[in-house]
Amino acid sequence: MCEEILKYDSVEVSFGEKVVVSDVSFSLRQGEILGLVGESGSGKSTLIKAAMGLLGTNGMVTKGDILYKGQNILDISEKEKRRIRGAQIGMIFQDAGASLCPIRTIGEQICESMRAHRKISKSEAKSHAMELFEKLHFKDGKRVWDSYPFELSGGMNQRAGIAIAMLMNPPILFADEPTSALDVTVQRQVINEMLHLRELFGTSIIIVTHDLGVVKVMADTVLVLKDGKKVEYGKAEEVLNDPQDAYTQKLLSAVPVLRRSVNT
Amino acid sequence: MSIILEAEHLTKIFRKKGSAPLKAVDDISFQLKEGETLGIVGESGSGKSTLAKLLTRLTDPTSGTLKYEGKDITILKGNGLRELYGDIQMVFQDPVSSFDPRRTLGDGIGESLRNRGMKKEEIQKRVEEVLEQAGLDPRFASRYPHEVSGGQCQRAAIARALAVEPKVLICDEATSALDVTIQKQIMELLQKLKEQHGLSFIFICHNLALVQMFCDRVLVLYEGRIVECGTPDEIIQSPCEVYTKKLIESVFE
Repeated sequence: MCEEILKYDSVEVSFGEKVVVSDVSFSLRQGEILGLVGESGSGKSTLIKAAMGLLGTNGMVTKGDILYKGQNILDISEKEKRRIRGAQIGMIFQDAGASLCPIRTIGEQICESMRAHRKISKSEAKSHAMELFEKLHFKDGKRVWDSYPFELSGGMNQRAGIAIAMLMNPPILFADEPTSALDVTVQRQVINEMLHLRELFGTSIIIVTHDLGVVKVMADTVLVLKDGKKVEYGKAEEVLNDPQDAYTQKLLSAVPVLRRSVNT
Repeated sequence: MSIILEAEHLTKIFRKKGSAPLKAVDDISFQLKEGETLGIVGESGSGKSTLAKLLTRLTDPTSGTLKYEGKDITILKGNGLRELYGDIQMVFQDPVSSFDPRRTLGDGIGESLRNRGMKKEEIQKRVEEVLEQAGLDPRFASRYPHEVSGGQCQRAAIARALAVEPKVLICDEATSALDVTIQKQIMELLQKLKEQHGLSFIFICHNLALVQMFCDRVLVLYEGRIVECGTPDEIIQSPCEVYTKKLIESVFE
């Protein structure tokens, strides 16, 4: 946890005339997990899409810089961006099943995404993927490779999505609500998987979520967003245990807590 | 307290060519007492929603019986069913898709009243009344589903369920799609309805903390069967079944 790998400097994002995110700054160190929390519409996803260049035709970063290893990734050409997307910054989505192509097997999609970055034969891609599947404790990696997304459960799709994002071993992983569509028992599994990634590869992770429980388990630092503005940013323990801002307090108090023993 | 809704050996089997029959709901029996809130928990695929659909007669059971106030409603049709819907109403997970996108919220809320032959002026009055009960400004009646937020739309859906003054409200993951702050508001609204109108609830939810907060009793569903039943505190603090334990351990704190 030393090197600063990604830095947002007073970033403002607009869709057309409308400013949706304004003046947000934070930095991500190697191996750090940052939780980006807020309600729907607070600009969480927009912030990470800005770094990926996925804001669509209408949206753009209107102020500020996003630096990846010191290089401003807003200034570079689309071709160079493509080299960063996937290889340097991996991404997993809320609905993994929908982010995969429905008419190709997981294996075919893995080959496709690897070939976008380097020359590699199908069998090489497969052995590389199997190795990763094993590291991630997939029970039956071969079945996953041969399966279409609809043949896998939601949780398994999400884990396959994580594996695909990690194939190029990117230093940074963006996770946009990766557990929101999953059952609690499966949620736990996916979270453990991401923590495991950090152990294995030292991956830095930005996790976008509205689930403060997930943040508590995973994050080192937390950034709370409201209406596109930063309301609180700091160490996870401090923000969650001793929130300074009224909005963070409201957000935390709205989370129903499970009483596990008679006394608490 | 008298029993308002009773399920006896309810079973629903889905049959599909080329694959083994799926027992989505497997021999489920329970009773809902008047004014009681019964929680149903379990992961996706455990049969929660199929059970909700059986209880509201949106789908027919393969076997078993369903009784409302002691009357067999398992095979009700047409008018009988329409009458039943005056007493049993449902709130769905995704409020926006539960309204017709081309019609206003007021139209949707008043539909059940129109079907019962209520006069236009009365309907308008009642729609405004229930909107206010659900914590919305009466002017929301003229808005379309896409013109309101998810939380507001869920309030409108609750207003729609309340319009006919039901006795039983079945909530199928009614707060799961909402932000925590909005979720809290909706739970407060449901609590208020419980206290003021004495409604009985079937509260289907995968969030154990919410169930603990809101329900008198809870059924744990796994692979279509009831694996455990008791008060939320009993089940959460000393679960007997392996599955229930796993469910509780998965909750983040």
